Amino acid sequence: MLDFDYSFLAEVLVGGLLSGVMYSLVAIGFVLIYKTSGVLNFAQGAMLLFAALTFVSLVERGAPFALALLITFAIMVALGMAIERVVLRPLVNKPPITLFMATLGLSYVIEGAAQLAWGTQVHGLDLGIDDTPFEVAGILISKFDLFAAAVAATMVAFLTAFFRYTRIGLAFRAVADDQFAAFAVGLKLPRIWATVWAAAGAVALVAGLLWGARLGVQFSLSLVVLKALPVLVLGGFDSILGAIVAGLLIGATEKLAEVYIGPFFGGGIESWFAYLVALAFLLVRPAGLFGQKIVERA
Amino acid sequence: MSTAVFDRAETKSWRVPSWIGPIAVLAVAYGVMPFIGGAYIFEAILTPFLALSLAAVGLNLLTGYAGQLSLGSAAFMAVGAYAAYNFNLRIHELPLIFSIALGGLSASAIGIAFGLPSLRLRGFYLAVSTLAAQFFVQWALTKFGWFSNNNASGVIDAPPLSILGVSFDDPVGRYLFALTVVTVLTALSYRLVNTQTGHNFIAVRDNELAARVIGIPILKTKLLAFGISSFIIGVAGALWAFAYLRTVEPAGFNLDRSFEILFIIIIGGLASIRGAFFGAALIVVFPLILSRVGSLLLGGHFDSGVLDMSQRIVLGSLIIVFLIAEPDGLTALWDRLTKGFSRTSRQQPQ
Repeated sequence: MLDFDYSFLAEVLVGGLLSGVMYSLVAIGFVLIYKTSGVLNFAQGAMLLFAALTFVSLVERGAPFALALLITFAIMVALGMAIERVVLRPLVNKPPITLFMATLGLSYVIEGAAQLAWGTQVHGLDLGIDDTPFEVAGILISKFDLFAAAVAATMVAFLTAFFRYTRIGLAFRAVADDQFAAFAVGLKLPRIWATVWAAAGAVALVAGLLWGARLGVQFSLSLVVLKALPVLVLGGFDSILGAIVAGLLIGATEKLAEVYIGPFFGGGIESWFAYLVALAFLLVRPAGLFGQKIVERA
Repeated sequence: MSTAVFDRAETKSWRVPSWIGPIAVLAVAYGVMPFIGGAYIFEAILTPFLALSLAAVGLNLLTGYAGQLSLGSAAFMAVGAYAAYNFNLRIHELPLIFSIALGGLSASAIGIAFGLPSLRLRGFYLAVSTLAAQFFVQWALTKFGWFSNNNASGVIDAPPLSILGVSFDDPVGRYLFALTVVTVLTALSYRLVNTQTGHNFIAVRDNELAARVIGIPILKTKLLAFGISSFIIGVAGALWAFAYLRTVEPAGFNLDRSFEILFIIIIGGLASIRGAFFGAALIVVFPLILSRVGSLLLGGHFDSGVLDMSQRIVLGSLIIVFLIAEPDGLTALWDRLTKGFSRTSRQQPQ
């Protein structure tokens, strides 16, 4: 490699960072729920699929964009609250692994229900943002990626403000800090959990629309959860900032590895490379980048 | 997770000795089934049931007993199957049973390698790291032609099943072959969980700090759990490939298969050897029942797509219902049922 192509490197890097934002979008939904209820919600991917599929099906049946968005939002909030009521509440105080396995079952139910209701064919989703690249300082950047990044930034800003300045946000933080203490001072835990699940449903809607526009709305959409897991591991399950930073890191290293290391192995390494990065990092810092020091004691 | 591990017969009341059950099941499996079952029963139900049960026994040792959640079982099955295939292919005159054992040992080595992070990671972090095994193994088997003897899509064909010149190449033979392997490994597993090592597994699961304090070598115990569990799962993979499907590709050992095995032990009962068999029976039989019932009720509307989706919904709901209502799974249900019977039979003479 005598004449190393730096502008190409920069392009790959920027592309990777922007695709990392997409991973972060999914990861934030996980963090919300993990932070307040200690559940690693594997069904987040299924919720994402459900949201995107519902939205697309409504639009295809002639609903205007805004109305479809509103209806889907309402359905996702209802779904989130129903999950909390039916699945999670009977399992309160069970070991985290049990809760995780319950969400694994839940993801099967939601995936099956979504496709039973709306069919299994692939839908195109057009958000009105064209995926054409344009040039900034000699680097090609996709307009869609920039839009996704802007949406992610807005969402994070909104969530941060919500957690910091509202009364219910304060309650969220109290519960995240110490469930029993929060309960003791009279916070209504079930109501807070229901709100969090509703919020996670809304986040799934946003992520689902962006991913759906990128990949097409189909079953494989629920597999983005597998892209988000290494991000979560790297960033720590309970940190929104961690989800963002880790998403960027994973996105960038994944793209760089794919371009510069991948050819030596015949390509296709992106299915596991992110996991390798996350694992290697964990062996040095078991709590992730921004995770709380004590991850799990038993 | 469950703590009920031992079921010892009560001393005073009259009860069937605990060894009668397994012996009776084996007697039926060896003595009756081969004569009454048709080829379909063996090929579509009994052989996959045996392979899945064995995989579930393996995962149960790791997840149910030692408390280390693994989402990579299918990867270890794949390693077992492909390694057994290659040992059989490349070492001439190696008896098939040794190939399968070596396949299990290869899975064991890979399992220990991916279990190493368990020394520093717990819970979800470890579960995610086992996902790395899942994706890496599947990628490697597809990418490197050597593993599948340069088949373009990574497909391998099973060698003929024979031991000491006796051929097992008909449906009943393959069933008996699988049955024997499963019986031996299950008996060993049952023995294992009642030894000090098995007790160490449980101690590490229930309270790692306390286990360390009373002098249990945590590192060794965890790696042993990964090694033994992966060996059994690897042999199960070889059975799945050689005795059941005969032709397998890496995509057959995907994440859904891993989840399936995890579901088996949840439904059957964590930390229960019998539970693996109960759960596997349900997982194998219930899609068949569902398709029959579905087409009976809905007629032509019940196509394969609808079947697939309703299967997912019912399976997912079953998991949730079991976790909420019966965390110890079908084993606990079974025990309650049989205990009820024995109590009524005790009361009757009065």
